[in-house]
Amino acid sequence: MLEPGSIAAAALGGGMIGLAAALLMGLNGRVLGVSGMAAGIITPAAPLRERLERGVFLLGVLAGGLLLALVLPQALPGAYSHDRVLLISAGLLVGFGTRLGSGCTSGHGVCGIARLSPRSLVATAIFMASGIVTVYVVRHVLGGAL
Amino acid sequence: MKWLSYFAIGALFAFGLGISGMTQPAKVLAFLDLFGAWDPALLCVMGAAVTVNFIGFRLANQRAHPLLAARFELPTRRDLDGALVAGAMLFGIGWGLAGFCPGPALVALASGSLDVLLFVLAMFAGFLFKDFAFASPAGGHVAHRS
Repeated sequence: MLEPGSIAAAALGGGMIGLAAALLMGLNGRVLGVSGMAAGIITPAAPLRERLERGVFLLGVLAGGLLLALVLPQALPGAYSHDRVLLISAGLLVGFGTRLGSGCTSGHGVCGIARLSPRSLVATAIFMASGIVTVYVVRHVLGGAL
Repeated sequence: MKWLSYFAIGALFAFGLGISGMTQPAKVLAFLDLFGAWDPALLCVMGAAVTVNFIGFRLANQRAHPLLAARFELPTRRDLDGALVAGAMLFGIGWGLAGFCPGPALVALASGSLDVLLFVLAMFAGFLFKDFAFASPAGGHVAHRS
């Protein structure tokens, strides 16, 4: 049984993520960036056809999640509980930050680095460093008090 | 065919995220905990995803246009600006607090966890806040290569 999160599963899953990004470019000519596609649905600036394309992609993402819940439920967080204020603050920061920085782990991290985009290389280095510092502060300075 | 491709690619992407371990916040936080009990597995996710996409992207771009669309739509900006740096930094903080980035959070909705739903709602609020309060002056920076 493939254990989600093991080294082998990480490489296999990563390959599937890369394949999905390559297919979206090869078939539809688009960068697979989740923050941009998700925000693009609710931003009225984009043409309706593009918003529908993004919507169908995100429906696929949600459907993939449901399929995982059926066949590989251990891949999803079981009892995910966090302090609610912390969780909502984190969501706001992720939403606002990815829009301000024009991308997230998929658009900058997977697609931008593969295109050797200098903006994406810098953005990825910064959000990784910032995530590492945040976890360091929460776990080792505040002692997991949050 | 085009609509099916968007849906199927979204599902493939979600499945890859699930198998790789990215949809488990505990796993992500362990990866970011560089100065604690560091779990390097997610490095393989990024490595495999970028490698596959690097090859796939170059194969795709040898064609005049994508198979199911008229043109490739690629980001063209190469300059680094304050918004990119600040956005990536804020995103990293949120990522380090919750262990979720946008794609995996959407996939994890299938777990039925109220906390995941709260995170996703806050993330969309963050998207909206950026897009309405800080409207981008120049709009999108996308090249149309047909």
